[in-house]
Amino acid sequence: MAKIYSKKALASKNLKPKKEVISFLLNYSQALTIVKIEDKSFEIIAN
Amino acid sequence: MADLHIPDALLVKNYVEGNESALGTLIKRHESKIYGFIYSKIADRDISNDIFQDTFIKVIKTLKSNSYNEEGKFLPWVMRISHNLIVDHFRKTKKMPMYRETEEFSIFSIMSDDSLTIEGKMIVDQVEIDLKKLIEELPEDQKEVLVMRMYQDMSFKEISELTNVSINTALGRMRYALMNLRKIIDKHQIILTN
Repeated sequence: MAKIYSKKALASKNLKPKKEVISFLLNYSQALTIVKIEDKSFEIIAN
Repeated sequence: MADLHIPDALLVKNYVEGNESALGTLIKRHESKIYGFIYSKIADRDISNDIFQDTFIKVIKTLKSNSYNEEGKFLPWVMRISHNLIVDHFRKTKKMPMYRETEEFSIFSIMSDDSLTIEGKMIVDQVEIDLKKLIEELPEDQKEVLVMRMYQDMSFKEISELTNVSINTALGRMRYALMNLRKIIDKHQIILTN
């Protein structure tokens, strides 16, 4: 049988991350506040 | 839909100024490109999701701390972050396979030495000497072309220029040189092998 040397293309145009990931990121972004005091920065996560 | 016409740079600016929905638009706009890029390297949906998430956590932190440099474009910047995280992932998971010799398994079954044995080396040397002797027997014009082609690695174009003949003549001489060599080898029952 003929050997196939070409690799399957893994990249597909319609691949999307999970909805949970997106919603986590949006919530994380809303909750996060970064406060910079002099040369230090503090991350505050609101519950 | 109106969001689609807003350039990335403006969305980034809006987000930095506190418009949280701008981030959603940015993610929606680029999610398949970034996720597809990560998946093309990782080939695992769950790990790709993790790396996608870590990428945007970095993006969010950088934007919120006002450290984002507007010089670059948004998408290439995010891609670079994800690329770095992919490299980190491979670094972390890179494991050297370890083999231990057991009664059923010999380490030498997976290790091999491709170099020639002393006998093999002697045969190769002898073949080389014999072949040179045979080449010496060829007519001068054929010998010249064969030596230039095989030992000096010249192209037929170069050979034809150097010997003042056409490329076809040079090719013909090479062909006759090989035919004559085969004839001599057959005639004298010479075995050239290693």
